[in-house]
Amino acid sequence: METLNQLAHGFSVAFTPVNLMWCLLGTTLGTAIGVLPGLGPALTIALLLPITYQVAPEASFILFAGIYYGAMYGGSTTSILLNTPGESATIVTALEGNRMARSGRGGAALATSAIGSFVAGTIGTLGVAFLAPIVVKFALAFGPAEYFSLMVLAFITVSAVLGSSSVRGLTSLFAGFVIGMIGVDLQTGQPRFTFGMGELLDGVDVIIVAVGLFAVGETLYMASRRYAGKDEIVPLKGSLYMTAAEWGRSWKAWLRGAAIGFPIGAMPAGGAEIPTFLSYAIEKKLSKHKEEFGTVGAIEGVAGPEAANNASAAGVLVPMLTLGLPTSATAAIMLSAFQSYGINPGPLLLTTQANLVWGLIASLFIANVILVILNLPLIGLWVRLLKIPAPQLYAGILVFATVGTYGISQSPIDLVILYLLGAAGFLMRRFDFPTAPVIIGMILGPLAETQFRRAMTISNGDWSVFYTHKLSLTLLTLAFIGLAGPHIWAFIEHRRRRGPENVPGDA
Amino acid sequence: MLNRRKFLTSTAAAGAAGFAALHFTPAFAQDAPQIQIFVPAAPGGGWDQTARTIDQVLRSEKLISGSQITNVGGAGGTVGLPQFVNQWNGKGNSLMVAGMVMVGAIIANKSANNLTEVTPIARLTGEFEALVVPAASPFKTAADFVAALKADPTKVPVAGGSAGGSDHILFGLIAKTAGVPATNLSYVPFAGGGEALSALLGNQVAAGISGYGEFAEQVKAGALRLLAISADKRQDGIDAPTLKEAGIDVELFNWRGVFAPPGVSDADKAAMVTLIETMAKSEAWATECKNRNWTQILLTGDDYAKFLTEDTARIAAILKDLGLA
Repeated sequence: METLNQLAHGFSVAFTPVNLMWCLLGTTLGTAIGVLPGLGPALTIALLLPITYQVAPEASFILFAGIYYGAMYGGSTTSILLNTPGESATIVTALEGNRMARSGRGGAALATSAIGSFVAGTIGTLGVAFLAPIVVKFALAFGPAEYFSLMVLAFITVSAVLGSSSVRGLTSLFAGFVIGMIGVDLQTGQPRFTFGMGELLDGVDVIIVAVGLFAVGETLYMASRRYAGKDEIVPLKGSLYMTAAEWGRSWKAWLRGAAIGFPIGAMPAGGAEIPTFLSYAIEKKLSKHKEEFGTVGAIEGVAGPEAANNASAAGVLVPMLTLGLPTSATAAIMLSAFQSYGINPGPLLLTTQANLVWGLIASLFIANVILVILNLPLIGLWVRLLKIPAPQLYAGILVFATVGTYGISQSPIDLVILYLLGAAGFLMRRFDFPTAPVIIGMILGPLAETQFRRAMTISNGDWSVFYTHKLSLTLLTLAFIGLAGPHIWAFIEHRRRRGPENVPGDA
Repeated sequence: MLNRRKFLTSTAAAGAAGFAALHFTPAFAQDAPQIQIFVPAAPGGGWDQTARTIDQVLRSEKLISGSQITNVGGAGGTVGLPQFVNQWNGKGNSLMVAGMVMVGAIIANKSANNLTEVTPIARLTGEFEALVVPAASPFKTAADFVAALKADPTKVPVAGGSAGGSDHILFGLIAKTAGVPATNLSYVPFAGGGEALSALLGNQVAAGISGYGEFAEQVKAGALRLLAISADKRQDGIDAPTLKEAGIDVELFNWRGVFAPPGVSDADKAAMVTLIETMAKSEAWATECKNRNWTQILLTGDDYAKFLTEDTARIAAILKDLGLA
């Protein structure tokens, strides 16, 4: 009851004309920067930090919250239309979303991602308002051993995206590991695979890899077969928005995505990428339209991950508002904005700055509504992009990818890496190696490695931590069931159907 | 702030010039000079905030008419430094913000350029570090911690910022003073701002070392116990001894300062020192430092250069002991 009162009070803070204006400005700006690869919410907020000298704290946090949520919406647009993810959290969206766009259902893909973002964002924000203290307790129980076991589980589930050939899929996955290792090793401070280049010390940005493999690789592939076939881009087919069948396939995926995204987002080392992988894998497993995955594009594969990434964005706010823990780059910058007002974010924030915190939470609800209103009409405009003839469209994608990559750190080396990866992406496409596992390996590999080594440092080399911690054991058991379960089940089914007397050598 | 800053270094940096021009106050008197500030880190981190605060205070005190801030982030500043040394050579109206983290990064990354090539102007601020334990920990004092470390360092996992950063350096110095070999230490580095803190709150590690500001609110709320701080003397409002008072002869500030490029004239250098000294003594600067928990440790010109040489030697020695250099 008290929460409701405080939330009502929060709405009274957020519902002033000036603050609504800030919210509208933030969401618009957020959508715009989400669309551009390279410019992310963290950077935009960092560059807008000087505004904190000029406006009231409530106003600037409402602006920042709008940017944060807006970027999560905008990031999916380019993933779907151009196969060029604007944020690392929308890389998975490109897998099915772009296939849908190319088979004439781009409008539906954009709609399910916008509405799914709204649904999951709202669920996530409700979670922040009502469940924060409980969720944060659960999140803190995750130590390095638990994270490593979670990674094991993630590896097992994402084997779903390895494609038809395990050998090719695993090759791609290991290529991702190698790219992920580049840079200074966090545990020892020593450089790995940097070849003495200072620019490589911080590693290769995952956005560059995704844009290189997906967008540049695709463009080269298209260019190479231009004379061999007709244009692949099919203009809009059927309704602009979603059909009844597509609604039916989307809503469960939204809810599942939100349920995966929120708790993982709230974990200090959870992030937004892992829930999108998990959601994608689960949707693929549960879907009745498996044949659409990777061919014409399955709407569940867009709806689930999009919901997951928006719910995880809300989850990140849980440790930030309850404990003052920044668990993403954007949260860290928002915390430094608190400091420029002389407010020290910490466990007491909710009590000492109730006005500000509840105003912020209320503005998140408002931002969600504004975003869905802002984005749905834009879909009609966005899909027109697909009517551009292929040569011009792909040239545009190349320019867009190049500018965006340069924008990440104004480093010419990044452009060289982009085109090398583009060439690699072209060859992979040509010889039928899946590119998605590279990204997954690159994100999960180093995370798993770091958490494993941390767990071993803390336990002083004792392996038992992975099975004596209850949470860790549970996760490993789930992973084992995921790996062996289908085989055991198939074996039992087989025996039951044929009867033991028919199994050769078993009589 | 180290964790947070190191974390941010890895985030993207773009369109800085365009956005940086987004000043919200009009330019002041025309006779005041225009300056350029080079930040070898991405926007949002500690060096970037220092640069933007310098810009803000200089303009509000009408000491400059405006400034342009350039960010070149990466690898603890060692990606930006060569650019400042080579491309900004001789530009008398320019400043680079850097600090102790860069000294360590230059040594650990075996960078081709180092801070002896640039012109030291002033050491401005510092953050002292804090040694904390979870509220449920058996360690009540810094002496308890050191005793456990002496008994078996492998049983005392300590969380902090990235390997070779100021937190790791302080841990090495504490162990060295206590006579514990640095190679036996169990140091658990974290990159994400909140990650080290969450490992402490979740009782995953025995103790934590990081900038005081990183832990202050948790200490106030009773979730962490503050054993000691690395400042030179007791601080107002902080109920903990310094490491020296606790019998560990170590003092450490994670300092930040400003440098001019190589090859600037003596006149330009003197003018820049005066400009920064005037700023550092202003009321507005004092307020900003207080808000951000920055301790003012002003040191200018030749004194700063001398300090830099000594600190570089100390850091190099401890990184060597830790096996990082």
